[in-house]
Amino acid sequence: MSGEHNEQPKKSVFRKEMSRRQFLSYTLGGSGAFMVGVPLLYNVRFAVDPLLKPDADGEYVKVVEVSEVTQEPQSFQFERLIVDGWYKNDTTFEAWISKDESGNIFALSPVCKHLGCTVKWNGSQDFSDEYFCPCHAARYTKDGKNLTVAPAPLDEYPVKIEDGWVYLSTTKPNSRV
Amino acid sequence: MLKKMYNWIDERLDITPMWRDVADHEVPEHVNPAHHFSAFVYCFGGLTFFITILQILSGMFLTMYYVPDITNAYKSVDFLQHEVAFGVIVRGMHHWGASLVIVMMFLHTLRVFFTGSYKAPREMNWVVGMLIFMVMLGLGFTGYLLPWDNKAYFATKVGIQIAASVPLLGPYIETFLQGGSITGAQTLTRFFALHVFFLPGALFALLAGHFIMIRKQGISGPL
Repeated sequence: MSGEHNEQPKKSVFRKEMSRRQFLSYTLGGSGAFMVGVPLLYNVRFAVDPLLKPDADGEYVKVVEVSEVTQEPQSFQFERLIVDGWYKNDTTFEAWISKDESGNIFALSPVCKHLGCTVKWNGSQDFSDEYFCPCHAARYTKDGKNLTVAPAPLDEYPVKIEDGWVYLSTTKPNSRV
Repeated sequence: MLKKMYNWIDERLDITPMWRDVADHEVPEHVNPAHHFSAFVYCFGGLTFFITILQILSGMFLTMYYVPDITNAYKSVDFLQHEVAFGVIVRGMHHWGASLVIVMMFLHTLRVFFTGSYKAPREMNWVVGMLIFMVMLGLGFTGYLLPWDNKAYFATKVGIQIAASVPLLGPYIETFLQGGSITGAQTLTRFFALHVFFLPGALFALLAGHFIMIRKQGISGPL
């Protein structure tokens, strides 16, 4: 930058001067970058919008009467309104609902934590009283604890009991194991 | 850092002459607004290109949300405009830019016409420029249908009927543009394909020819 500049020993202040070429390339480059950068900024923000949207916290959906829930896990289906961009649709979800030893009702997601297949209570004749995944034989306890293959316990639906009915929200990581 | 990276590549590939050749060219005094302010009319071609770049940019981003299908096209446009951040600006850029490209191109054409720049040896560049004009109008026509609202639908019906009035070939043009016997689902996908693949492809080829010719022949002399 200052390589070809003449040293001036008399003055203590050394001012780096800018050549005409440098000035022009900076101003030209600057305005060019501005003219492209500003539109690009809007476009990129537009494109990454899904990353910055807050996760929609699922409302509680009425699923089943409390009296139907037993110690043995049972599969119940329920519908939840899914807003996918401009596409709104009632999607069917499944939950395995049961009572633990102290009578608390809890609900597990049937989505295997290995690769996302669907698990089933007593899904295999070889393993009784366990959740079994038919894809790669992953197994889970009644609480959803992963016994083999899967790296994590089954997800859990937050449960709310109101007026004798079980209401479920959207899945959270398992809090029981 | 950037300089080092540039030098590292330059040592291996000798890229400096490439961009030098593109960037360094003579700008005659009579086209430089710094010398004669009225020379700003020589900027219209470059401005057309700049807006074209913005059209390509905003168009690419719009396709992240847009769906060319009669049940979802309007909904997806409504969604991207009202629900997605800066959707109004990105679609606005594309909407207003589309008109601005035509305006700028028209002004550029007037400048070329009144300075007589189309004369020998630059006749071929005039012809290529006219082809660019037609491709741009085609882009405007096909893009107009895509939001699939009433304005889009009826503008396209009218446009297709104008095309259908061509003697002899008219009915064939109509069926080809509609992709069937009515303006409907197949028209929309067809216009989308034309708008984002075929016409831009033609445009890039023509623009390349336009620019190569002007570099080869230089800007026409002063009046």
